[in-house]
Amino acid sequence: MSKMELRLAGSGGQGVILASVILAEAAVQSGKYTAQSQSYGPEARGGACKAETLISDAPIGFTKVQQPDFLMALTQKALDKYTVSLPEDCLVLVDESLTVPEKLSGHRVLCLPILRAAKETVGRAQTANVLAVGCINELLGITDAETIKKATLLHVPRGTEEINLKALTEGVRLASSASGQEKAPAVRAEKKKGAKQ
Amino acid sequence: MDQVVLMQGNEACVEGAIAAGMRLFAGYPITPSTEIAELSAYRLPQVGGKFIQMEDEIASIACAIGGSVAGVKSMTATSGPGFSLKQENLGYACLAEIPIVVVDVQRMGPSTGMPTSPSQGDVMMSRWGTHGDHPIIVISPSSVTEAYYQTIRAFNLSERYRTPVIFLMDEIIGHLREGMQMKEAEDITIVNRPTVQFPDPKRKPYHMNEKKGQMVPQMAPFGCGQRYNITGLIHDESGFPTNSPEEAEKLMYRLMHKISDNYKDIVRCEQVNMDDADVAIVCYGGTMRAAQTAMELAREKGIRCGIFRPVTIWPFPERELTAALKNLKKIVVAEHNCGQIVLEVERLTRGACPVAFVGKWNGTVITPQEILQKVEEA
Repeated sequence: MSKMELRLAGSGGQGVILASVILAEAAVQSGKYTAQSQSYGPEARGGACKAETLISDAPIGFTKVQQPDFLMALTQKALDKYTVSLPEDCLVLVDESLTVPEKLSGHRVLCLPILRAAKETVGRAQTANVLAVGCINELLGITDAETIKKATLLHVPRGTEEINLKALTEGVRLASSASGQEKAPAVRAEKKKGAKQ
Repeated sequence: MDQVVLMQGNEACVEGAIAAGMRLFAGYPITPSTEIAELSAYRLPQVGGKFIQMEDEIASIACAIGGSVAGVKSMTATSGPGFSLKQENLGYACLAEIPIVVVDVQRMGPSTGMPTSPSQGDVMMSRWGTHGDHPIIVISPSSVTEAYYQTIRAFNLSERYRTPVIFLMDEIIGHLREGMQMKEAEDITIVNRPTVQFPDPKRKPYHMNEKKGQMVPQMAPFGCGQRYNITGLIHDESGFPTNSPEEAEKLMYRLMHKISDNYKDIVRCEQVNMDDADVAIVCYGGTMRAAQTAMELAREKGIRCGIFRPVTIWPFPERELTAALKNLKKIVVAEHNCGQIVLEVERLTRGACPVAFVGKWNGTVITPQEILQKVEEA
């Protein structure tokens, strides 16, 4: 049985919840079980925000992440907060603008220009979350290219389809060009195989 | 063919309500129930229904009651702070026998507490929050799929017994997104309230054919041409207030018994692996998810563990729990509060076996390991 626990963290307004929802949608569209939830403070924007997606071949009991296989952080605050007691085999994806703390020296950490690429290459800073979805699907192999596209289109606001698909493609490109070393480990490869149908 | 769609618990509640026939939602948005108001505002106009945002929670339940009296299936939704405000009118709906569904997506309290954090602190309030002896039906879902189907059942029970039904969700299920199994529309049973065939000025609005064992009076929707009085005072069949002890006793007896006499129709509980269980985890709502994983972990360790989960919390499934007790060596009650359902379990257990308690009231969720620890402490 294959099970993946994903945690995405950032600042309220960055769209990490939507990114997490798109990943959950991709799982459902691939015939898998999923549980997606989030926690945030009372603020509308700017507070710490954490979103979680569990993907499994079997029905899911407990709906929260306990042993993350993957963590993405888009802000320094989120990175510092959610890297406490992180399992050793957890893959960490961070925005290039962040300082990777000492405690992650034993982890596989991938730094990608998520926020910059959204702003400069795609042309809209708000697409960073969908760009991240592209990165994550490329890294973890949650589903195929067609399904992740479909999942994205089901959840982005009307009128933004084109630019979000551009962001998705850019995310895939960023992750695939980020050389193999960080995403190589055997555990990952095995899970990736199990996750594909 | 059953279809699986990604949906949030709050959204499933709205879709279930619409499938059940809800055509009026009156509310005042509050985290973590806001999506219910939001989606109702979007969906109701599509099906010929109405959404109205009222000035506060008291007005919202009053509006839902008014809509229902006019013959429209109505719902309101809130969280703890708003549920406190709704209590007065909830009692009114009980006594005046107005079918409505009140959703409470529980959050950490008391007072405004922690708006985005899970809790199950309103369990006793849902039973006794409004003053005076009164019957109540409270249902608590444990998955997104169940949020959909149990909302339909909440409406059906509300209509059949002309009583408010409380749909007691928690933040865990309200804000959870997962795949929902959608059945075909024709596989869903919809119940409508007993309604008068034609307006008759001579007909007493709360008249019942006692010889036929009728417990629920037929309703004449306001606007149909029949004029009558509705009051929160104890009333007789004419709908007008009375101080007669006989009439008061008759009404109270009927109100309580229209629920308690229909235990089998109203009460639902789920029992998982209870056939050979030595230890039972008693839980409800979102806590079920941690319990499921805890049970699996316990079974892997060779502990014969099962789950007893009330789906209808009030009336509590006491017949089923009493029957299950015979084979149990221990009960572990898990809930996100300082101990509410555990009191009911202790009352029914009467010392037949030890009852352990796993509670949490700091805004975080109970983990499977925390439940497992109590299961293992034999």
